[in-house]
Amino acid sequence: MITRATSKLLLPQTKELQNIQRRLFMKKTLSLGALAMLTGCDATDPSITDRILGAMSKWNDEVQLAIFNPNKPAPVYTEADITDPFPFNAFYSEDEVTTVEEVGYTLELSGMIDKKESWTLDRLRALPQVSQITRHICVEGWSAIGKWGGVPFGDFLRMVGADTTAKYVGFKCADDYYSSIDMATALHPQTILALTFRDQVLPVKYGFPMKLRVPTKLGFKNPKHIMAMFVTNDYPGGYWEDQGYNWFSGS
Amino acid sequence: MTTLDTIEAIPRIYIHKLFVRVFHWVNVVGMTMMIMSGWRIYNASPVFESIDFTFPKWLTIGGWLGGALQWHFAAMWLLVVNFLVYLVLGFATGHFKRRMTPVSPKSVATDLGKAIKGKLPHSATTYNAVQKISYIGVLLAIILTIMSGSVVWKPVQLQELGLLMGGYEGARVVHFLGMSAICAFIVVHLALVLIVPSTLIPMVMGWGRKTKHDLEDNTP
Repeated sequence: MITRATSKLLLPQTKELQNIQRRLFMKKTLSLGALAMLTGCDATDPSITDRILGAMSKWNDEVQLAIFNPNKPAPVYTEADITDPFPFNAFYSEDEVTTVEEVGYTLELSGMIDKKESWTLDRLRALPQVSQITRHICVEGWSAIGKWGGVPFGDFLRMVGADTTAKYVGFKCADDYYSSIDMATALHPQTILALTFRDQVLPVKYGFPMKLRVPTKLGFKNPKHIMAMFVTNDYPGGYWEDQGYNWFSGS
Repeated sequence: MTTLDTIEAIPRIYIHKLFVRVFHWVNVVGMTMMIMSGWRIYNASPVFESIDFTFPKWLTIGGWLGGALQWHFAAMWLLVVNFLVYLVLGFATGHFKRRMTPVSPKSVATDLGKAIKGKLPHSATTYNAVQKISYIGVLLAIILTIMSGSVVWKPVQLQELGLLMGGYEGARVVHFLGMSAICAFIVVHLALVLIVPSTLIPMVMGWGRKTKHDLEDNTP
């Protein structure tokens, strides 16, 4: 090694050598660039590519909010279209699903909401209910059609005196999942606090005691086993969103 | 030794306009990112349930689904903006009309026959009918892939467009087939560049040299 380095130093700086060095430098630069592009992580600065991709994802949040039509319904289907069995999906397997007991359960409200008293399931069931047969689209690409029933979320927010000019509604779940959505989507007529699936009490595997059903967003923006919700102007993020899934993820 | 045998003796001619070259190379970058991240997204949930096929991980970018989606939704802006500018300039400057028309089923059949026999001469300045129909075809495939990709991204907001493709699931299939058509074009395109490497120079520099066929032919 040393001998080689020394002999290199002793070589006269001819034009040829300069060319070779330049070529080697170019080659290195090019392969670094190619590596950065191919692997998605920059070999010289581990954050630059991620920073650009993160900024683009934020930009896509803005674009999606701008093109979101708050009055445009997601397509609805018939009973015959319902996917049976409807797939279980979570960040854990089906045998690890979280069971929440109805006895003692209350939905906690916090943040920019006037009436913060918590809600039992019976009180929620006593509110006017709607149902929908819509397509659940997973971020992975697959989709399935299901039927959910419950309380229109916009009506609920207005009823509890939520500040609907706030930016976000966040959710905390019994399985340590968390997520958040924009206010425009929260007020969309098809966004519901789902208490039933196929006209039955929401089964444990589909999110008992309640799931937010948002047919205008990808599946992971439909949190299950909701224990608490809050209204805020501070970006709350989410379980998958914090790992890199696009936050808005609108359909 | 005739003058035709020395390449320097053949006059330089301007072949590719600057906007075409810029579009081409930006598109190379954009397409590479879109296709390689798209394959990773595909792997998360293969489109055709009956076909058990996934792309080799080393051919994909993003590292995981979330990373691939970030690449896909970032690169799409580069690809779409570049493509739209190209379409506008292509029509406005008469580029499409001049280079890709006239073309008829008959001329395609004739030139395809010649190509199969290995007798289709290469001209530096004029596209033969097979080239014309290939370029028109890949441009249409890109449009279809962008449109179906938009439906996959926004199946509710763009549901009217989605209806033309059979809804969300139909749009996924169209998006996959569009990508496949683009990839098929790329494979043939790269193979032809390997066979006639002199075509690479004008796509970089703008100028190139007439081919033997051009010089023998009297049309400019």
